[in-house]
Amino acid sequence: MPGIGKRMTLTSILFYAFSAVLVVAALGVITARNPVHAALFLVLAFVNSAVLWLLMEAEFLAIVLVLVYVGAVMVLFLFVVMMLDINVAQMREGFTRYAPLGIIVALLVVIEIASVVWVKRLGVDTTTAVPAAAPEGYSNTQALGELLYTHYLYPFELAAMLLLLAIIAAISLTMRKRRGFKQQDVAAQVAVRPQDRIRIVKMAPEKDA
Amino acid sequence: MFDNFGMQAAAAEIFLIATICVVLLVDVFLSDSKRWITYALSLLTLAGCAWMTLSYGVNERVSAFSGMYVADPMGDVLKLFSYATVAVSFIYARDYLQRRALFKGEYFVLGLVALLGIMVMISAGNLLTVYLGVELLSLSLYAMVAFDRESTVAAESAMKYFVLGAIASGMLLYGFSIMYGIAGTLQLDELAVELRSVESPIGLVFALVFIIAGVAFKFGAVPFHMWVPDVYHGAPTPVTLFIGAAPKISSFVLAVRVLAEGLDSLVANWQDMLIVISVLSMAIGNIVAIAQTNLKRMLAYSTVSHVGFILLGILAGTNDGYRAAMYYTFAYVIMSVGSFGMILLLAREGFEADRIDDFRGLNRKSPWFAAVMLMLMFSTAGVPPFIGFWAKVEVIAAVLDVGLAWLAALAVLFSVIGAFYYLRVVKVMYFDEPTDTVDIQAGGTLRAVLSLNGLAVLVLGIVPSVLIDLCVRALP
Repeated sequence: MPGIGKRMTLTSILFYAFSAVLVVAALGVITARNPVHAALFLVLAFVNSAVLWLLMEAEFLAIVLVLVYVGAVMVLFLFVVMMLDINVAQMREGFTRYAPLGIIVALLVVIEIASVVWVKRLGVDTTTAVPAAAPEGYSNTQALGELLYTHYLYPFELAAMLLLLAIIAAISLTMRKRRGFKQQDVAAQVAVRPQDRIRIVKMAPEKDA
Repeated sequence: MFDNFGMQAAAAEIFLIATICVVLLVDVFLSDSKRWITYALSLLTLAGCAWMTLSYGVNERVSAFSGMYVADPMGDVLKLFSYATVAVSFIYARDYLQRRALFKGEYFVLGLVALLGIMVMISAGNLLTVYLGVELLSLSLYAMVAFDRESTVAAESAMKYFVLGAIASGMLLYGFSIMYGIAGTLQLDELAVELRSVESPIGLVFALVFIIAGVAFKFGAVPFHMWVPDVYHGAPTPVTLFIGAAPKISSFVLAVRVLAEGLDSLVANWQDMLIVISVLSMAIGNIVAIAQTNLKRMLAYSTVSHVGFILLGILAGTNDGYRAAMYYTFAYVIMSVGSFGMILLLAREGFEADRIDDFRGLNRKSPWFAAVMLMLMFSTAGVPPFIGFWAKVEVIAAVLDVGLAWLAALAVLFSVIGAFYYLRVVKVMYFDEPTDTVDIQAGGTLRAVLSLNGLAVLVLGIVPSVLIDLCVRALP
């Protein structure tokens, strides 16, 4: 809710400051060579988006973003990145070969999109009005909750199903018996009987001639 | 405020979700030798869904969950057809999965969740639910393609499918969000009203391009078809069969719900885009299929060309056109299930039967199944009196009705080119010597259902009115 034009209020100054950091962080995510740095840039981007949400009085979303994404998802992500031995040099193989084509295509798409967005104004008036501040006692969390469990009940339940599906898919793809995988089976070790280990062979006594 | 949101309209979906959880739990306590219980439960679930859909069927459009969910006769017909398709896919898959130690509960659970995604798309009244349906279906399919963990080819194709599918979902979502920015609503019926009053449609066309790209990817239409041959080839054959069948119904309904219902006023814009996609799909699909030696790959390119034909019906933009596209989708699904079923029939331990050469001299080994394959191939090629012929007639008539005679002529031309590679399979079966003497090892159920499937192609072709009447009832 930046008040573009007449005067820069404190909120709009904050908005531009945090947006700038957000954009820089987002660029950092895709340009950082080290995957750990990229993940940390993503954390920075999330924190800045959370601040933007706070400025829009969407406190619940801001807190959830920090708690869930920064606190849980990104930490897990960092663990995974650090555990994997990613060979940066190998990943960059072929980069210089495909880079020119990629850059040309990306430029073309950017020019096309820009020409549509700027020149034609999308057929709608951009709104410049600053929305009124929420009245005292207004709870963003309550408003979200009311919508989520009434109007958006069906998509909400489906999203839950989507998470269940992700669990099923991940488990079915990773839980498997690998061939040649060396593993102790304690139960089998305890249950072993002498007959399994020693074979007594009866032989006719031999004598030297 | 505390009404039940019109829940009874979604009885089949609710039942399906509940039984998926039951199947998932029951499966945990089963030993490998009792895995057939999961299989039987999955088939029972499908029967239960069909019963729910029939007993809660509607005669007119009913919306529930604040308009997020829409039930209409078209949805009911499509859902019933989807249940049957998924059931047949499971039945065909059983022998193959058992032989390759892939007969696990997760396979059927993933299949049922994919079905849920299809049903959500069929009943979507809001772009949000459309997207959730797309994701439910796609995520299940990615996992199913990678299901055979021992196969590196499968893992590679799953990876390709996943990355490209994620990009396509992103495109779709981007288009939806621009649409939301312009119209201020995600509700499809409100969107249709809202868009009529927008004066300059350039922003809408901008959004439309992304939506069309996403839809075309899910269809597997040129130029978004790159994943189709690799995924069809790399996935285990039962999964290929699954992907080639029920998800095509969802692609059709995705196009109809979003383009025909929501973006109805932009018909002139999306018609042009679809014409290009459709012509390219028919051309590239049919021409590249000629060069294939692998049957799964050949059928993948054949799918691309059939998608071009389905799009012909949709791009007509008339009710007749949608009906023709629906009929074509049904016909295609029946034929596709049968063709991949034939590969599963011939497959045995250590032998995939997925090369065209593997069908050599099939007539000597089993004249009946050679005849079934003959009917399937003739039908797919569009030879009368099989069902594929009527499907082609319907879409071409729909295109002629809107005055696109040149497009109809191109469609006929490409289907003649396409006839070549279907007939080559027939030639190999009847005129070549068999390379081995091993008999067909498939079980009785697979043989029986596949025979019915082959006969359906013939009977529904001789009496086309059965399926056409169904489509007329669905889209009056």
